[in-house]
Amino acid sequence: MKHLLSTHDLSARNALRLLDVAEEMAAVGDREIKKLPALRGRTVVNLFFEDSTRTRISFEAAAKRLSADVINFAAKGSSVSKGESLKDTAQTLEAMSADAVVIRHPASGAPARLAASGWIDAAVVNAGDGTHEHPTQALLDAFTLRRHWARVGGTPSAGTDLTGMKVLIVGDVLHSRVARSNVWLLTTLGAEVLLAGPPTLLPIGVGAWPCTVHYDLDDALAQRPDAVMMLRLQAERMNAAFFPSTREYSRRWGFDDGRLALLDALGLDDTVVMHPGPMNRGLEISSAAADSPRSTVLAQVRNGVSVRMAALYLLLAGDPHDDVPEQHDLPALIPEGRTP
Amino acid sequence: MTTTTSTRTSARTGTAYLIRGGSLLGRGVEDLLVRDGRIAAVGSAAASGAPQDAVTIDADGLVVLPGMVDLHTHLREPGREDAETVETGSRAAALGGFTAVHAMANSSPVADTAGVVEQVYRLGLASGWVEVRPVGAVTVGLGGERLAELGAMAESRAGVRVFSDDGICVSDPVLMRRALEYVKAFDGVIAQHAQEPRLTEGAQMNEGDVSAVLGLAGWPAVAEESIIARDVLLAQHVGSRLHVCHVSTAGSVEIIRWAKARGIDVTAEVTPHHLLLTDELVRSYDPVYKVNPPLRTPDDVTALRAALADGTIDAVGTDHAPHPSEHKECEWAQAAMGMTGLETALSVVQHAMVDTGLLDWEGFARVTSVTPARIGRLGHQGRPLAAGEPANLILVDPAARWTVDPTTMATKGRNSPFRGLQLPGSVRATFYAGHATVLDGRLATPRPVPAADEEAPAWNL
Ligand SMILES: [Zn+2]
Repeated sequence: MKHLLSTHDLSARNALRLLDVAEEMAAVGDREIKKLPALRGRTVVNLFFEDSTRTRISFEAAAKRLSADVINFAAKGSSVSKGESLKDTAQTLEAMSADAVVIRHPASGAPARLAASGWIDAAVVNAGDGTHEHPTQALLDAFTLRRHWARVGGTPSAGTDLTGMKVLIVGDVLHSRVARSNVWLLTTLGAEVLLAGPPTLLPIGVGAWPCTVHYDLDDALAQRPDAVMMLRLQAERMNAAFFPSTREYSRRWGFDDGRLALLDALGLDDTVVMHPGPMNRGLEISSAAADSPRSTVLAQVRNGVSVRMAALYLLLAGDPHDDVPEQHDLPALIPEGRTP
Repeated sequence: MTTTTSTRTSARTGTAYLIRGGSLLGRGVEDLLVRDGRIAAVGSAAASGAPQDAVTIDADGLVVLPGMVDLHTHLREPGREDAETVETGSRAAALGGFTAVHAMANSSPVADTAGVVEQVYRLGLASGWVEVRPVGAVTVGLGGERLAELGAMAESRAGVRVFSDDGICVSDPVLMRRALEYVKAFDGVIAQHAQEPRLTEGAQMNEGDVSAVLGLAGWPAVAEESIIARDVLLAQHVGSRLHVCHVSTAGSVEIIRWAKARGIDVTAEVTPHHLLLTDELVRSYDPVYKVNPPLRTPDDVTALRAALADGTIDAVGTDHAPHPSEHKECEWAQAAMGMTGLETALSVVQHAMVDTGLLDWEGFARVTSVTPARIGRLGHQGRPLAAGEPANLILVDPAARWTVDPTTMATKGRNSPFRGLQLPGSVRATFYAGHATVLDGRLATPRPVPAADEEAPAWNL
C-alpha cells in the first residue's frame, strides 16, 4: 500500500493485514511504555480542513506511539481553507518533507486528488472526505467487530475474518462516509451487511451495493443482526425535507429503549450496538442504549488508535513492494516482552 | 485608408486554390476550384478554370466537407481573457475544422445588449479565423428575471438569432414562454440549458451507481428531462422554435423524439464528450471530467449516438469551455465545470459515429455543418459543395491517427478530457470564405478584415 484512500479498493488480504497489525499495536497499548521506535525520524502531518478533534487526536496518538514527529495543520478557517489552495498546501508539506499526510476534508475525493496529483510524494491517509469514505473508522469498526466475533466464537481474533456475521447499519447512509467505508470493508471481510433508513437518506444507486436495504428498522432487527451500527444524524439534514421531523425520525429509525428491549426479546444476547461518535443522544440512539453493556462506543475509540498505528506503520515502514505477504512478523517493531 | 483598400482587395482577389482529388462528402472524387470566396468550379472545369497562380492542393485520400458550424462555444471574451479570447478560441476553431462558431453569452459583462454582442462580433471579424456569431442572453445578466433586449441584439450588426442563458436554465416557465414567443418576431431561437435548478443544487456528477459510491451529490437525469418536457410543450403551445443544448440522457432523447413526432419545432444538440465518455471516469476524482451536464452512463451514450444517427438529435455542439488550470487543479467540488472541445470535435465524432458505421461523411456534414447552420440561420454556411456556393469547407484525412496533447493546442484551455487518447481523423485544411485559415494541418493566415462598409455583405457573401 502506498496510500490508504478508501476501503472500496482495499483487498481482503490488505484489510486482514491491517487488522492483524492493529492487534499487535493494541498489545503495545496495553504495556506500561506505550511507545515504539518504528517511525523515529519520520514526519506525519495531520492536515485537517474540517474540525474533528476526536479523529485528529486519535491519529496524533497513533503517530506519537510510533515515535513519529507530528505536525498538526488545521487548515480550516486559515488562509488555506479555500479549495484552490490544496495544491499550495500540498507543496508546502512536500517542502517540509512530510512522510505521511493524514487528511480530513469536506470535499469527497480530496485525499485521492492529493495522492494522484503529483503535488506531493508522501503517503496519503484519508481521515474522512466529504460524504465519500472514512477508511480508518471502518477499520476500527471491523477490528471491534472481529474481537467481538472471536470472543463469541471462542477463537483468536488475529487472522480471522467476519464470515457469518450480520451487521445492520442504520440511518443517513446517503451522507455517511462511515457507512460507505463499512459496507465495502465488512463485505470484503465476509460479513453480511443490511442497511436501514428512510428512503430519502439512502443513495440512488444503493441497489448495486452488496447489501440488503430495509426501510423499516424493526423488520431489519428481525433479521437477527449480530451488530447494529447507528449513524450520526447531521444537523444540516434536519431542515432539508429528508424527513418530517426529528421526532418522527427518532421514532422510526432511532435505536431507542424499546428497540434495546427488542434485542432481549429476540434473544439476541450477543448483539452489540455501535456508534462512530459523536452521538446525538435521544435522537439516533437513546442514552440507555449508548451506555448499555451492548454498546461498543468506548471500545471503538480505544481501537481507533491501534488501527491508525497499523495504517501509519504499514504505509511508512511496510515494504511497498510487498502488499500481500505470506506472513507479517515484525521483529524490528515489536520489542521483547510484548503480549501476543 | 490605404490599408483598408488593400485588405479589401486581397479579400476579394486573394489566392485561388485548386483542390485535386478530394472525395466530396466521402463519395465521388472531384477537383474543386476555390476563388474569390466561392467554389468557382467542381469537376473537370476546376482545373481548366484555374488561374495561372492558383495554389494546387493534393487532396488524394482526403474527404472534402463543408466547414463545421458550432452552435455552442465559450470564447470567454470579454471578461475572462485568462481563460480564452476570441482570437485564441477562433484559432482553435479553425484548426478543429470550423468555419463558424456561436459564442455563448456568459461573458463578463454578459452579452445581453447590442453593445456587447457587437463587440464580440467585431473581435471575431478582427481575428479572421472563423465566423464568430454572438449568442445573446435571454435574460438581463443571465439573472432569469427580465428579458434582455432581444430585438436590439437581433437588429444589431451582430444579427443575433440564437439566444441562450447557457450555463443557467431559464427555469421560470412564464419567462421561458415569453422568450419563445418574443423571438418569433425576428426568426430567433431560444437555446435552452435544460437543468431544473432545485433538483441540481450542489450537484457534482450524474446521479447513479457511481455517485453513490463516490459520495458526490447527484445531478439526476430527471432534472434535464423535466425541463425539456416542459419546454417542448411550451414551444408547441406558442408555436415557437426551441433548441435544446447539450442533450445528455436517454430519457431526453425519448422526449425529443416524441415532440418531433408531434410536429413540435424543436432541435437538439449533443456534445462530442457525451458521445464518448461516461461517469466511470469520475472515479478518478480528476476535475478534467467535471462538466455540466455531467458525463452519464454507457446506456445514455448509446442512446445519444443512435439519436444523432437517426436525426432525433440534429447537431453536434462542442460546448467548448476552456478554464485556467487553477480552476481544475483542485478538489472536485471546487473545480469549474467544462471541457475544451473545438480541436477534438471532428476526431471524436468520427470515432464515435463514422468509424462505428452510424453516420457516413454526408451524415457527418449534416450534423456538424448543414443543420447547425440552419438552426443558427447562417445562410452561407453548411452549403452544398457546388459551383457558386460560398467556399466554407475543410479537407479531412480520415486515416490519420493522433494522440491528444492539450499542451500543444491553440486554445488557452488545457482541460481536455481526451488527453492521452489516440483518435482518428485530422483536419488538413480549412477554408473560411475562400481564405485558407489552415493548411497542412497548421494555422495559415487569418482572413483579412473586411472594410467597415463591406462588413455585412462580407458575411453573407
Ligand atoms: Zn450549458
